[in-house]
Amino acid sequence: MMQLWYDLCALTGLELLQWNFMRNALLAVLIMTPLFGLISTMIVTGKMSFFSDALGHSAFTGIAIGCICGISAPLWVAVLFSIFFALLFSFVRSRSSHTADTLIGVFSSTAVALGIFIATLGGGSFTKYNTYLIGDILSVTPGEIGMLFLVLLAVVAFWIVFSNKMTLTAVHPQLASSRGVSTATIQTVFTTVIAVVVTLAISWVGLLILNSLLVLPAAASRNIARNLKQYHGFSVLFAVIAGLSGLVISYYVGSSAGASICLVLAALFVLTFCFRKAGT
Amino acid sequence: MNIGNHGGSCHHSCCLRVQNLSVQIGSDTILKDIDLHVHCGEMVALIGPNGAGKSTLLKTVLGQQEYSGIISFSVPGQRTRRPKIGYVPQSPAFDPGDPVTVMDLFACCMSKRPAFLGPSKAMRQKVLDCLDRVHGEDLIDKRVGTLSGGELQRVLLALALEPLPNVLILDEPLSGVDVEGMSALMDMLDEIRQRYDLSILMTTHDFAMLPKYADQVVLIDHTVIISGTPLHVLGSDAFYQVFHRKGGLL
Repeated sequence: MMQLWYDLCALTGLELLQWNFMRNALLAVLIMTPLFGLISTMIVTGKMSFFSDALGHSAFTGIAIGCICGISAPLWVAVLFSIFFALLFSFVRSRSSHTADTLIGVFSSTAVALGIFIATLGGGSFTKYNTYLIGDILSVTPGEIGMLFLVLLAVVAFWIVFSNKMTLTAVHPQLASSRGVSTATIQTVFTTVIAVVVTLAISWVGLLILNSLLVLPAAASRNIARNLKQYHGFSVLFAVIAGLSGLVISYYVGSSAGASICLVLAALFVLTFCFRKAGT
Repeated sequence: MNIGNHGGSCHHSCCLRVQNLSVQIGSDTILKDIDLHVHCGEMVALIGPNGAGKSTLLKTVLGQQEYSGIISFSVPGQRTRRPKIGYVPQSPAFDPGDPVTVMDLFACCMSKRPAFLGPSKAMRQKVLDCLDRVHGEDLIDKRVGTLSGGELQRVLLALALEPLPNVLILDEPLSGVDVEGMSALMDMLDEIRQRYDLSILMTTHDFAMLPKYADQVVLIDHTVIISGTPLHVLGSDAFYQVFHRKGGLL
């Protein structure tokens, strides 16, 4: 399968696609960016952008815990920790009078402090964790690309079945409940999906810029979209355009691919903001 | 206290019946010993000061709030615990920035096909038919966040009427609607309840509308203070004490 992709890349004759690590990165970007574009729509509509940021922090803590326990695949520990973190947050939120942004602040700062505490325990060096802060898409392996593809398929299937209920829950929870939607279950399942995606993506995109990928595509799309179809379409399109051009820019300029992708998205946001339609 | 003169047992063809309903949230008693009967085709208005528990009572009937007591719905030869309820939530609650059109909102509620793929022709026609009930076909491609108060109420009403419910519940349908729109909306509700033989339960602060449209008015302040015909309740001393004014003269 990968050989077929490599052959296709070779056929293009492009200079940057002569390297296998660039071919891997391109395929990973083509899989990851639509995923982010899709999830982004619901994060923005559900006003969960800071929550997804907090999940990124918890993922880092999970990786630190995994590393200190000597587990060979700390990513899976991080996934479990993120899911636990997301469920704990939902539980506390439903039983607290604090606003969501206060609770997110509490959870996020606690998670990142715990992560740094564990990572530096006993005078340990923090340097080996730098990759999780900035991310490196060029390090993605074919096995990981396969896993990302499975995640994309799962999320698309989830979206086809649940997106109507999720949209209704996000725009008007009371109306959703009155029409038989179990809003608490929908919210819990969606936060778990975000937790898994965020945690899996952290190695390649990096904690510091991951959240912009989860917010900017939909934010830019909202500037010009008039309905749900356009909203999803533009969000996925912007994410893919930014992914491809960011990767190319990073190759020629020698910058971080994740950061380049985010900057292109930011430019798309500015552009769409300038051309936003009246009333948006 | 029961609405009407049937003294606890309901002899009409169907009604939403609430008996000895109490709601406790933490250590606070929000509602206590509420009795309420809503007959088929009847419009019942719940009034009361802010914090009296009106919205909690609606939430409880909607099944969103735990309670003690009995909520039942009966039609001849059939008694179910949970009636089919159409609900028109209090507005405004939609974000003006959400790219969700009236069509999208209906599709999310009524269709299994993901709304983000766009509606099928049949679905769009069905939504147009629903909107026709509230004379709102022209609103189908407008975004819900940009609708005026009256337009939004009509859209939410059309949504609540699909599928056709036994009981229609409206939470402050007249708030955010201008005076002209209020009469139009109440006329529409009146027409709908007659055409479909619906029971309507609504909360409101606009007492001036009640004598013309409501069959029964229930004044609650954590429990039922007084209930009866609009003129009876709005002219009562209990109403005056709660609101410090003679609502019946408005």
